Amino acid sequence: MGDRRVLSIAAVAPLLLVLALPLARPSAAPAAAEAPAITRARVLAPDRVRLWTSAPVARAEAGNFRFTERSAPDAPVEIRAVRSEADGGVTLTVGQSLHASEHYRVEVLDPPMSRDVSPSAWAVLVTVFLSSALINNFVFTRYLGLCIFFGVSKKRDTSIGMGITFTAVMMFTAIFSWAVDTWVLRPLNLAFLQILVFIGTVAMVVQFLDTMLKKTHPALHRGFGVYLMLITTNCIILAVPLLNAGSSATFGEAVALALGSGLGFALALFLMSCAREKLELARVPKAFEGLPVAFALAGLFALAFMGFSGLDLFR
Amino acid sequence: MSTAERPPGARALILNGIFAENPVFRLALSLCPAVAVTTTIANGLLLGVAVLAVQVLSSVTVALVRGAIHPRVRIPVYTIIIAVWVSAIDMALAAFMPALYAQVGLYVKLIVAFAIIISRLEAFASRQPLVPAFWDGVGMGLGFLLALVVIGALRELLGAGALMGLKLFPVKPLLFFALPAGGFFSIALLMAFFNHLEHRRGGKPSSGGGAHG
Repeated sequence: MGDRRVLSIAAVAPLLLVLALPLARPSAAPAAAEAPAITRARVLAPDRVRLWTSAPVARAEAGNFRFTERSAPDAPVEIRAVRSEADGGVTLTVGQSLHASEHYRVEVLDPPMSRDVSPSAWAVLVTVFLSSALINNFVFTRYLGLCIFFGVSKKRDTSIGMGITFTAVMMFTAIFSWAVDTWVLRPLNLAFLQILVFIGTVAMVVQFLDTMLKKTHPALHRGFGVYLMLITTNCIILAVPLLNAGSSATFGEAVALALGSGLGFALALFLMSCAREKLELARVPKAFEGLPVAFALAGLFALAFMGFSGLDLFR
Repeated sequence: MSTAERPPGARALILNGIFAENPVFRLALSLCPAVAVTTTIANGLLLGVAVLAVQVLSSVTVALVRGAIHPRVRIPVYTIIIAVWVSAIDMALAAFMPALYAQVGLYVKLIVAFAIIISRLEAFASRQPLVPAFWDGVGMGLGFLLALVVIGALRELLGAGALMGLKLFPVKPLLFFALPAGGFFSIALLMAFFNHLEHRRGGKPSSGGGAHG
């Protein structure tokens, strides 16, 4: 019995380490330098940027500032107005609408200083989460996991169980694959092994969760174990690490994408199962019985989900 | 799945893959890419060729080394074989067709999780010698490729009024079919059509037993 506990602690410890490391990192940021610097910069929707500086800005006029998007560093954004603030900082008003989840760069000519305007982590996470759950819903706009989607959406209970299991496994695989990709594959220039490594990671995580659940929560395992083994080689699980690796996501973004995709998939499964239970009672043309009518139904849902395509909380 | 005792001929195996056991319309396997990339013929063709190559190469590899694979670890071994070939095809496409690859890249990588490939390895290539395994791979790959091209043609014709990028109509007849939702409807219509044909021949319609990606 004692051995088993030690074993499970040994298994969980690396996971906790993986979770804790990214959290520990930001605290190591360098302290403010002696020279005049912009200590903070924040986009205030829709078209203003607030700067906090360690020394007062000499001239509060548009010619003294340069503001660019990170994606287009050579094309300065027009600055319409500059207003000095009481604490020595300034507020710039620019000629285009800014986005709280984009990266910008602001430079001051006199005294010379510059700073990247990074989005607030919160805005990025919410954007990634909403985008993956609703706007780019895995099932209805990216068409991933269709087979399992049509396979398990016949009953509402099954679909809820499957949705929860999927979300959990996605989170675990995303964290593991992110760690492997960031700390092993990229430093060693082994990115070409991504597919091989990620599918191994998925298989490993599923096996790990299965064993852990069986030992620690047998009741839970009886409920969800069946779904777990179905998941191992499923495209929707594999897509999350691949998308994260493709966009060089940060840890937070990786987790937000996994959580958003998982919950979006769970939502899709739940909606579909509710509709399909009603469909059982409907009189469907003979040729459309079974999968064809389910596809048509999914098409209707996809049409409804297109309504989310303009959704943007930070515009 | 046909698990014949004696290896059938090449012709029968190819026709089996295209018609009797068409992966998309009859077995209802690997549908995700079938909806995702088929907005145009060219996209469908690219993914179809990738799947054909992976299927044939993996089938041949498994048929060659099947004596050395212990039955208990066969599934992980199949997965690794498929992943190796997918990586190779993925890099080749990225190098030689960057423009098309940019649109379907994610789905090419996800070939590794296609149920159709691993199920053919399990049901056929692991029990047959090299030559039938090769032709079975060709048949299944061609069946998949043709299904993708048919769906792609339907959606490109209706959605953009064009075929292979060639404008046939001055207008876009039904833009709806180029949208995500249209993909689901195209598959629904084509599947219903295949079912209808099967009903008239007195056979059993596709059960839709596919439960894997």
